[in-house]
Amino acid sequence: MDFNSILSLGENALQLGLISSLTVLALFLSYSMLNVCDLSTDGCFTLGATVGAVVAIAGHPGLSIIAAMAAGVVSGFVVAILQTKMGINSLLAGIIVNTGLYSVNIAIMGNSSILSMNTTKTVFTILKDKLNGTAFENEYILIISLIAVVFVVLFLSLFLKTKLGLAIRATGNNPDMVRSSSINPVFTTIVGLCVANSFTALSGCLLAQSQKSVNIDIGTGMVTVALASLLIGGVFLGKGKIPIRAVGVVLGSIVFRFVYTIALRFDMPAYMLKLVSSIIVIIAISAPYLKSQAPAIKRRLSLSRGKEAI
Amino acid sequence: MLTLSHISKTFNPGTVNAKTALSDLSFHVNKGDFITIIGANGAGKSTLFNAVAGSFMTDSGTIFLDGKDITLTPEFKRAKSIGRLFQDPMRGSAPGMSIEENLALAAGRGGWLSSVSRKDKEVFRERLSLLGMGLEDRMKQPVGLLSGGQRQALTLMMATFNPPKLLLLDEHTAALDPGTAEKVLDLTKTIVDENNLTCLMITHNMQSALDLGNRTIMMNNGNIVYDVKGDERKSLSVNDLLLKFKESVGKNLDNDRMLLSE
Repeated sequence: MDFNSILSLGENALQLGLISSLTVLALFLSYSMLNVCDLSTDGCFTLGATVGAVVAIAGHPGLSIIAAMAAGVVSGFVVAILQTKMGINSLLAGIIVNTGLYSVNIAIMGNSSILSMNTTKTVFTILKDKLNGTAFENEYILIISLIAVVFVVLFLSLFLKTKLGLAIRATGNNPDMVRSSSINPVFTTIVGLCVANSFTALSGCLLAQSQKSVNIDIGTGMVTVALASLLIGGVFLGKGKIPIRAVGVVLGSIVFRFVYTIALRFDMPAYMLKLVSSIIVIIAISAPYLKSQAPAIKRRLSLSRGKEAI
Repeated sequence: MLTLSHISKTFNPGTVNAKTALSDLSFHVNKGDFITIIGANGAGKSTLFNAVAGSFMTDSGTIFLDGKDITLTPEFKRAKSIGRLFQDPMRGSAPGMSIEENLALAAGRGGWLSSVSRKDKEVFRERLSLLGMGLEDRMKQPVGLLSGGQRQALTLMMATFNPPKLLLLDEHTAALDPGTAEKVLDLTKTIVDENNLTCLMITHNMQSALDLGNRTIMMNNGNIVYDVKGDERKSLSVNDLLLKFKESVGKNLDNDRMLLSE
């Protein structure tokens, strides 16, 4: 394999890593801060992709981004209402909305499970035209995803410092405290999930437009991939201030895509992506628990071998 | 200040587990009162606090705070005028957030989108130094690193940062070691006196029930069985209190913790 193809593979991984890091940042807000495992992520990602595609195809490339994010807000709002006002368990609320979104997404695409944007004007094609003839003419995907990621990281860093941001963090960190304080946990949960899902939808929208197509499966397994990236990011920069941790999760997402790309070079079939991300999530979440159990397990083992008297 | 009239609360009504926690309880608190509340386990002391704070709606009766009917007001809205401390020191602050961030939430200054200003930090520092625990030099550290006593002192400060109309203390020193408990109790006295707070305090310590405050209430079976203040209270000893309990309830106050504590 020559140098150029390695470079293009690396760039591809970087682009994918950056675009999906928007979903990871969404989970950073909902999972790490608000302590809600939002299982509607897959559906919301696809929702962003379909809404973005339909609006772009209708001839509004700029508006497509805003529309996708607005759709994400609505989806997050529904999940939040189900779990705060209607007594539905938060995991179940996400799953229910995720299932419902499947039909919604097909309806948005006009009773079709795939849409092509080959000739559609999107933010990517606009920038590509603008950069035509300059040194960066092939970097348009990278530039746009970088802008989006920087915007979201900056937004989260500032937002989580405000009183509302602190209230959202407290809601996830100590619900008991929030319940007996003047913060309304219903309000903070709604705001947190709406903001998070707008980023998930943005992520889906950008992925679809950069690939020039959207299909109903574009978001399948996204929540696990994003969780894996989030946990990898936590290994690098899991401690410290919010901005550092936010950059950490972006790194996690990029590293995940690089590792995956390398695995593909070693002839791992492409369909293994989801199994790999599942295993990463299992290891990352179970490792601290198993570590804490290790002394007891060791003792039980040595007891059963009769090495230790009772 | 606070008036409860004929409030009742039954948990699991209509089942074999039905438990009447408050039965037709009426009670008036004057502004500036510091009332200590005693009673055996299950007497309804904490339920009374939950009813006042709004953790649940009462089945019947009305609650007025400072002339306003708060019977149906949700908990988080009542929390603006009611400060509350629990026995568990872990309950009142967010462990993953720094001292400064916890205080920023308690201070509740500015709009939703405002962040902590330098001036706020100065105020936090000043207030923290009043605790005499050196917390003012640890403002960036997560609260999870503090000891139980430090956390309870911090919670007390957070609950009274903006002086509430009513302060509810639910055995807030019971989980602390005796030395720390005394310190937190002293702090409580200082803060309550300085801000002239109206305060209700549940305690299992008979002595501090008599030493602190200006009125003592004894609860049993979801109602008030003895209510004492003024000269009569001044002349009471712990033994008198235990006798009173036997008199009004018809059995000994057989709670180890209560008898063993001074």
